[in-house]
Amino acid sequence: MKSNTADMVFEGLLRIADDNLILGHRTSEWCGHAPTLEEDLALPNIALDLIGHAQTLYCLACEINSRYKNEDQLAFLRLEHEYKNLLLVEQENGDFGNTVLRLFCFSTFMKYFWERVKVNCCFKKLKEFSEKAFLETSYHSRYASQWVVTLGDGTDESNLKMSNAISNLEPFLGELFNNDDFTEMCSQNNFLPEPTSIFDSWKNEVEAILQKGNLNFPDIILKKRGGRKGEHSEAFGYLLSDLQYMQRAYPNSSW
Amino acid sequence: MEKGTEKAWDILKDLTDPELPFLTLDDLGVIREIKRNDKNHVVTIAPTYIGCPAISVIEEKIASELKKIGISPIIEKSFSPPWSSDWISENGRKKMEEFGISPPHPRKAETIGDPLLKDVKCPQCTSYRTEKVSEFGSTACKSLYRCLDCKEPFDHFKCV
Repeated sequence: MKSNTADMVFEGLLRIADDNLILGHRTSEWCGHAPTLEEDLALPNIALDLIGHAQTLYCLACEINSRYKNEDQLAFLRLEHEYKNLLLVEQENGDFGNTVLRLFCFSTFMKYFWERVKVNCCFKKLKEFSEKAFLETSYHSRYASQWVVTLGDGTDESNLKMSNAISNLEPFLGELFNNDDFTEMCSQNNFLPEPTSIFDSWKNEVEAILQKGNLNFPDIILKKRGGRKGEHSEAFGYLLSDLQYMQRAYPNSSW
Repeated sequence: MEKGTEKAWDILKDLTDPELPFLTLDDLGVIREIKRNDKNHVVTIAPTYIGCPAISVIEEKIASELKKIGISPIIEKSFSPPWSSDWISENGRKKMEEFGISPPHPRKAETIGDPLLKDVKCPQCTSYRTEKVSEFGSTACKSLYRCLDCKEPFDHFKCV
């Protein structure tokens, strides 16, 4: 692989892996705290899937960039500005409704993202991975969509909480679909799809589910951004100190 | 089966899954291929789920079993084609039911986005009057059901 291609693939893998790791970590915070026992099984299972996706992608990234010797180094030993995840995934969980709504928005986006990678991606290992990742993110999207409808179409209180969750997450949704120089280069090189190209499929599905739950689809415009450049929100520092604690306190520890 | 890999197959076919210890990796269809290159055996496995925590245990088991017959293998994970519950053997499905897990449906094109569409049989009393309690059961590969006749909860292996 040429060095500029390698740089592109490495950065692209990091962006996706970081999104999955950070949302996986947030989702895992529900372990032992979910409203019912069933959801206490479901959310950590999803967290495990997301962290598993991140792990596989970090391993691919390590094969490309010899500066990092294993996936743990990438996951646990980078500094805050070296993480390239979306601001959306690092925000605090809020209530259960806010958590499932964010999961629905993100996994629906990833479902269509992997669907496109499956069809067109110059990096063979990622193309192969996308076949499996597509199936799993579809499952997450479906699980979360059922809760969005149930809570939106539930009581006045649950509907209000879901409406609040939409207002709460809305400023962060624009970043999902934000093209930048890097995403344009990825798409020109047939590596990754442009985020804007996913918007219509995503909107159709999200709008239909919100409608079923008597909820309004928000305006999606670019408001808060910075994650892709390593500029994070306050919540991220607290998250990292928790996520990185073991490797910082006991470097190179393993199971 | 590639020539010269018979011994490796022979020793690996009885390895059991860490999370479903009554099933072998062969029953589950997790071991896809064993090949030989100049020096090594290359064992290709298909993880049932990308984040399946049993995978690292499976890799260690494969390596330590093969080491006993003097082989130090390279283990590769394959995601294409993705592991499918259709790869579970008839024998594996029978054992699953005996152990109280309802086996997955055969995958048909229309069930891909909606794997829980079909009726699910209770492995305790064989009634089809069952309902889904949760999309996720005790592990990522199972969902949680309950029987409306015998009232027992049970795991249903997801169709993927």
